[in-house]
Amino acid sequence: MANSFSEPARWRDLDKLLARCGNIVGPGFEPSPQLRQEIGEFARVLVVGAGGLGCELLKDLALSGFPNIDVIDMDTIEISNLNRQFLFRLQDVGKSKAEVAAKRVMERVSGVNITPHFCRIEEKEIDFYNDFNIIVLGLDSIEARSYINSVACSFLEYDSDDNPIPETIKPMVDGGTEGFKGHARVILPGMTPCFECNIWLFPPQIKFPLCTLAETPRTPAHCIEYAHLIKWDEAHSGKTFEPDDPQHMQWVYTEAVKRAELFGIAGVTYSLTQGVVKNIIPAIASTNAIISASCALEALKIVSGCSKTLSNYMTYNGVEGTHIKVTEFVREKDCLVCGPGTRIDLDTSTTVSQFIEILGEHPKLLLSKPSITHRGNNIYMQSPPILEEMTRSNLQQPLYYLMGKVRKDTVHVSGMAENNGKKSSSLRKLCVVFKGIAAADVATQMDTAGNF
Amino acid sequence: MINLFKIKDKKNQDAESANGRPPIKKQSAGELRLHKDISELNLPKTTTISFLNGKDDLMNFEISIRPDEGYYQGGTFMFTFLVPSSYPHEPPKVKCKTKVYHPNIDLEGNVCLNILREDWKPVLNINTIIYGLNHLFTQPNHEDPLNHDAAAVLRDNPRLFETNVRRAMAGGYVGQVHFPRCI
Ligand SMILES: [Zn+2]
Repeated sequence: MANSFSEPARWRDLDKLLARCGNIVGPGFEPSPQLRQEIGEFARVLVVGAGGLGCELLKDLALSGFPNIDVIDMDTIEISNLNRQFLFRLQDVGKSKAEVAAKRVMERVSGVNITPHFCRIEEKEIDFYNDFNIIVLGLDSIEARSYINSVACSFLEYDSDDNPIPETIKPMVDGGTEGFKGHARVILPGMTPCFECNIWLFPPQIKFPLCTLAETPRTPAHCIEYAHLIKWDEAHSGKTFEPDDPQHMQWVYTEAVKRAELFGIAGVTYSLTQGVVKNIIPAIASTNAIISASCALEALKIVSGCSKTLSNYMTYNGVEGTHIKVTEFVREKDCLVCGPGTRIDLDTSTTVSQFIEILGEHPKLLLSKPSITHRGNNIYMQSPPILEEMTRSNLQQPLYYLMGKVRKDTVHVSGMAENNGKKSSSLRKLCVVFKGIAAADVATQMDTAGNF
Repeated sequence: MINLFKIKDKKNQDAESANGRPPIKKQSAGELRLHKDISELNLPKTTTISFLNGKDDLMNFEISIRPDEGYYQGGTFMFTFLVPSSYPHEPPKVKCKTKVYHPNIDLEGNVCLNILREDWKPVLNINTIIYGLNHLFTQPNHEDPLNHDAAAVLRDNPRLFETNVRRAMAGGYVGQVHFPRCI
């Protein structure tokens, strides 16, 4: 198998890109006949999502010279996927998307090794993600994108001049499609905007007023949402609606049909019910193919440097004709996820109340009344009184202990900051470094802690 | 651009530095924004808040509203908040846990408040919602009905509406529906 991957004829076109110089190559590109081999040896790609876009991505990446790919997806194959998720067959219904997709691509593309992970993205340790050189996203939810983005940005470190340290940048390529529209973007944390910097690009889901649903339904979607949001609770006291349970979906559909008949509204179907409840826009196979091709190419460009990467957001619209536009978005200067944060050096003995004083006097912050949180642990809350009371005892504790004795970590504080002489409420990212602790000491301390 | 040769070198360094890395729990941008919202809460005097899962879970909490004027004066109404990880992109899910005779709250606890659904914007915050909920008790509105019967009574016979509200809050029947006491 490995032999055919090194078979030169098959890679003629790719080798032309990688072995020759040109005037639109990326900075630092060193063309070489061995480059393809080196990518094969050292580059590890993670594909997140094995749905419509994920199937295309796996195929495209495997054919673009990436022999070491992992894919993660928690979903199983449904019959309605088969029209576009072309790696799946009727007999695969009910099996893991990641596992079947990996197997099919390996059968078809010799020399490629795809490792499937049939689980939720949150189930993996953070270090799992650090093993990859590049993460390619074929997802359909904001939550999942936001999660992977925060993971990838958590590896990012800045030097003392707030410049990102290149080895810590975890590049991402994000694809997304909705019907005839799609996007591909390149995220180089610390250099180009991260997902959170431009989250406003994703419009919130349209929500109908509940009273319209209850009183004056006018569309099939109103009838479906009535059954889903109001009727379900009435009929199933306390039982949560599971969108992935076909019986639940069937129940909502049946109720929506009754509702529609009552108001003389036509057009409620089972697939529309699924679409409205799960907020699905019908997927178009060709949109997935176009977006995936662009993402795979960007991945190759990032890894090899054979061309400049997309800067940094490409939108595709195939609704009427074809319209493609590239926009260079800019970073959010104080992004809580990808920004460097303000560096603060503390002694290991500094207590939380001393830390609060330091925040108030720090020239870059001038932050008064700060509430402090560290990785989901609320160290001190100014308000409401009930939380202030619950966190008050931390004030006299050394911050170093409360942060789990790490040498350096991110802490977030919200409070009143002075901006051009005006006080305004703000949320700040801080990079707290404890003085006089070498990385090795921390390792020893943690080992000791583990022995208790 | 990835420098492949640096990647080769880095493999060794990683083995060293991984020991010193703390166990990481992710805090999403949504959780951070919520942390800010909660730490800046300025509750009206009618409202108290409680965090059932302790100080570190701000995504699930309850508020109780005890209106000090209007039809619902003297009653205590509990609401649960479930804040999604996509907050503030998406609004919290709010339900009324106290069964209430109210034109804009149905018997299952669904609440018709525009900023909880169609008019939600990320610049709004938890405080805005709490004030909105308080407003529902001082200004129940028959134009956005979720409880059709209550809305019709409020529109056509405010005095009867007031009687019905008092009866429901004291723990009694309005029509066929029984309401537990909430005074
Ligand atoms: Zn960012």
